[in-house]
Amino acid sequence: MIRELEQYRAVAPKGAIDFLYRLSHLVQGKRFLHISAVRYGGGMAEILRRIVPIMKAMGTEARWEVIAGTQEFTDVTRRITDGLQGREETITNEMYQTYLDVNARNAKVLNLDADLVFVHDPQPAPLVDHRKGGKWVWRCHLDAGLPHRPVWSLFRRHVLKYDAAVFSLPGFAQRLPIPKFLLYPSIDPLTEKNRELSRAEITQVLDQFGIARGKPILLQIARFDRFKDQIGTIRAYRMAKKHHHCQLVLAGSGVLHDPEGEAVLAEVQQAAEHDPDIHVLQLPPEADREINALQRGATIVIQKALKEGFGVAVSEAMWKGKPVIGGTAGGVSTQIVNEATGFIVHSVEGAAFRIRYLLSNPGVMSRMGAMAKEHVRRNFLITRHLSDYFTILKILSTE
Amino acid sequence: MTTTHADATFRFIGCSEIQEILGKQAVDERQLVEMLEEVPLDSVYYHTHSYFLRTPFIERTYPNDFAQWAAQQVQDHVLAERLSVVDPFDFQSLEALREELISLIDDHLSGMTAVPRTGFGAPFYFNRSRILEVPTGVEVRTLREFRDAISDVDSSAIYYHVFEAHLRLQREENDFSAWFRGSLKLPDLADRMKALNPYLGSLERLRSNVLTMCDEQLAKSAGT
Repeated sequence: MIRELEQYRAVAPKGAIDFLYRLSHLVQGKRFLHISAVRYGGGMAEILRRIVPIMKAMGTEARWEVIAGTQEFTDVTRRITDGLQGREETITNEMYQTYLDVNARNAKVLNLDADLVFVHDPQPAPLVDHRKGGKWVWRCHLDAGLPHRPVWSLFRRHVLKYDAAVFSLPGFAQRLPIPKFLLYPSIDPLTEKNRELSRAEITQVLDQFGIARGKPILLQIARFDRFKDQIGTIRAYRMAKKHHHCQLVLAGSGVLHDPEGEAVLAEVQQAAEHDPDIHVLQLPPEADREINALQRGATIVIQKALKEGFGVAVSEAMWKGKPVIGGTAGGVSTQIVNEATGFIVHSVEGAAFRIRYLLSNPGVMSRMGAMAKEHVRRNFLITRHLSDYFTILKILSTE
Repeated sequence: MTTTHADATFRFIGCSEIQEILGKQAVDERQLVEMLEEVPLDSVYYHTHSYFLRTPFIERTYPNDFAQWAAQQVQDHVLAERLSVVDPFDFQSLEALREELISLIDDHLSGMTAVPRTGFGAPFYFNRSRILEVPTGVEVRTLREFRDAISDVDSSAIYYHVFEAHLRLQREENDFSAWFRGSLKLPDLADRMKALNPYLGSLERLRSNVLTMCDEQLAKSAGT
């Protein structure tokens, strides 16, 4: 029995933990190396922090290395990251050389020897030039479906040296002559953001933000960014409000040192003016318990972004047994099973209609919520992610 | 009979899937049929089967990805309905299944004045799966042991022994019915198991149906 894995037995699907033990037997002693640019912050780091020790405890020689950089390196990799996501960026020869030099320096001090090396995101991608053996996979957590072409052309030469690439959605991938795999992100049900909370803990957070109890809560959690369309959500709420006494909570982060975020927040606050039932909450990045409580206290969760990455917040809400009304952007529609765990909508009016429908049918809402939780249990929990890693390690290291 | 040890032990094998993106995407039904002709058979298998593995308890409106896409993304409900009645159990091979799907879409398009396409909907992304067999370590020799094991085993084992056995491994019948027939010498139970159509429902519904059949057989045997 592996303690790190056993703690998931109560939340994983039936038979899944025993299956993981069996799966791990197929990769005993295999060396699996993850390389990334950061150890903290972001969903990828959160999951790796948990998965690597579990894999290790289960007999795989799993390691996780983090590259060291400079301020210039951080600047150029931010440009590359933005460029891969479609923003017009210029990478000068000098910047590009910095990118290569920092990776070359890291290659000298890191142990790159493994059966499978997973390189996360663009920052450490040139390490592949220094590969020692084993299979190398580039794991892209970004939506690189519509990149700024010059940046992609520059970056593509590194990707071509890999044995495979992994994307979070088919639409996030580019044409490449190497195998491309699909691996969905996951959530950890035992973290502060997703663990069970007592009624008292939920109430305390709702009270802290002045959110009334006894009145249905519509919730959107997203950073204040034009693409998250908080204004559209307010319009949908207003249409529904004519028929139901409900309240809307718009909670998010992302305005610190971000003029665009500040502008969006100001617009949202202005649109919410004079309506005491709209709560605009600016949360700090470490507000995991508050987000958890808001999601658990919500009646319906809305994720109506116009542009989105995978949008794992949808799975977080579904895990808390909430029906989610989401748009078609990014991975939102991959997580929602339309009309079973929530609704996929294409307009403000569509969102308003589904809000009204659900508020008028509490039975449907609770059935959908229960199904949403089961759907996440089987598809978007860390245990599924672990299974994917074992499988890809087995398949690629024996090819 | 049901407590008698079988001639051969039944070993449950589960499976794990990695999805591979083929990089082909169709935005209208003409492209869909053209790409369907070109993609590897593994992709035909993926789009007609692996949903059951990935979503073992939710029953969606249409039983394969092609029909689901036609209905949800193209809003062509006629094609969706026509594709939904294609039953993979009626075909001996994936190639034959592919030909039927192609001929059906071609026939549908021949009666259209314009090719239906996704307006606001998402393209159809062709994928394929790589399946890794994983022995579960669960072995049974009697129907009672089988019944107890099937209630707890990972749902991927049910998928492997029923779906994988049929089309990918091209076995004449699914592994459960073959074992009931060959080892437990229970031809009636084997026929009932073989007649279960796994495409109409979900893996969890299938699990529940198999459990019911086993319980009935065990009750019958206890009464005789």
